[in-house]
Amino acid sequence: MKSRKGGAPYAVSAEEEPFRPRAFRRKLTRFLSKTLAIVEVDIRKLRHDYMEVITRACQPALWLLVFGGVFGRLRSIPSDDLSYRAFLAPGVLAQSVLFIAIFCGISIIWERDLGIVHKLLVSPTPRSAIVLGKGLAAGIRGLAQCFIIYLVASFLQIPINWSPFTLLGVVMLVVLGAVLFSTFSLGIACIVKTRERFMGIGQLLTMPVFLISNAIYPIAVMPGWMRALARFNPLSYEVDALRALMPVGGTSHFGLGVDFAVLAAVTTLLVIAGSRLYPRVAM
Amino acid sequence: MEFVLETESLTRDFGSLRAVDHLTFAVRRKEIFGLLGPNGAGKTTIMKMLTTLLPPTAGTASVAGLNITRDAAGVRRAIGYVPQMVSADGTLTGRENLVLSAKLYDIPRGERAGRVEAALHTMGLVDAADRLVRQYSGGMIRRLEIAQAMLHRPSVLFLDEPTVGLDPVARRAVWEYLMSLKTRHPTTVVLTTHSMEEADSLCDRLAILSHGKMAAAGTPLELKASIGPEGATLTDVFSHYTGGELETGGDFHEISKRRRTIRRLG
Repeated sequence: MKSRKGGAPYAVSAEEEPFRPRAFRRKLTRFLSKTLAIVEVDIRKLRHDYMEVITRACQPALWLLVFGGVFGRLRSIPSDDLSYRAFLAPGVLAQSVLFIAIFCGISIIWERDLGIVHKLLVSPTPRSAIVLGKGLAAGIRGLAQCFIIYLVASFLQIPINWSPFTLLGVVMLVVLGAVLFSTFSLGIACIVKTRERFMGIGQLLTMPVFLISNAIYPIAVMPGWMRALARFNPLSYEVDALRALMPVGGTSHFGLGVDFAVLAAVTTLLVIAGSRLYPRVAM
Repeated sequence: MEFVLETESLTRDFGSLRAVDHLTFAVRRKEIFGLLGPNGAGKTTIMKMLTTLLPPTAGTASVAGLNITRDAAGVRRAIGYVPQMVSADGTLTGRENLVLSAKLYDIPRGERAGRVEAALHTMGLVDAADRLVRQYSGGMIRRLEIAQAMLHRPSVLFLDEPTVGLDPVARRAVWEYLMSLKTRHPTTVVLTTHSMEEADSLCDRLAILSHGKMAAAGTPLELKASIGPEGATLTDVFSHYTGGELETGGDFHEISKRRRTIRRLG
């Protein structure tokens, strides 16, 4: 009898089959349809109870109105060639996406306690489809925030770039950022497994990720050690790209291609890692 | 005799604790098979291994002819599972829960609506189909969960304490549905329970577990006869084979999970 010490991950016979294009297409179609089914669940939940979207909108509105208003008057933070509020708006958008996404982990623990995770894991749904679906669902919530931030920004007369190309870029960045941070949060939840521990670690990570980034001030004004850390922070790349696309006259410091490439690469790695970690939450 | 589920020396360790200890048993096609045992006897761990949620430390098992470790994806397509916790999503309607299951189990688009309607009809949930599940009674939630697990017509249906927290009428409705499965589908049912009444009236055969090992197995009649005196009840059998001592097994998480389920269904 073959021993499986500590329980190694399951081998799936389908993965050992030789490559067949038609079977691959069928698997890909199933993967996408199941990913979308997971996303659809969250959209339906938001339709049944949309108060969450409204209440979550208060925080970014306050950042733009109060923080942006005060620090704009101080003129103490260099903001490229933008007004401080125009400089801040992409940072606030990235921050609200981060805050929504990072607390996805707690919903995974909640769903584990309800048995929903067990039900998903026992279904023939690839783990990666579940993880990606959860991430894209966070992206939908992020897009709702994006819509509200655009409304507030318009109300505050921040010059916004409305071209379809830049709007599409912003949508992609919001979704990419949400998948990235929600998958990161899911991974932590699968390791710590309890709400109490997750809340502690979640708060411990969220603020440094936000503060050691270019969300509310440029990387150039940071001390050397913080500048080095900020370059390893995916949020910096998200803000950099949003700042190039969202306000009129915005520029990218790293280059849009670098921003998208870093975000896509980190997201892919996290989805792969999250897919391996996800079954642990039910063990 | 055709077996749809077989285990051979199935073992699972959690650190130094052996939760399931070289367990070997087989379940026949279309029978209702019950796993009985005190808290911490290993019932839920066995169920998690057989449903591919947990890999075994040693030993092997096959479900619907598929190895649970080598063909986990195949096993998942062949089984339905109702966990002990309330697993229907309370923030969705009953119909939405069923449609989600239909999508996750690859039920062809053209068949989905028909299967969902048939499931709602069978379970007596047609009138409540478009209400949020959090407004359902405990019995309705359990019936919905069983409908979700049966939607793709699995070979084996696993139920982890299916009637915990239900009132007697709702419990009877679940039993009647499970017994009716024999005539309607070629589905085998494997369930865990703490209720001797449930085990006696519902199960064709039982396995009594103690400390992760098989203490006894057989039909309820065989088990009662095995301890001697006429008129023995299944509770006597349970006490006989598990030592009749006050239980010390289970853990905080398990107990709180059960109480949460009872609270949500009650």
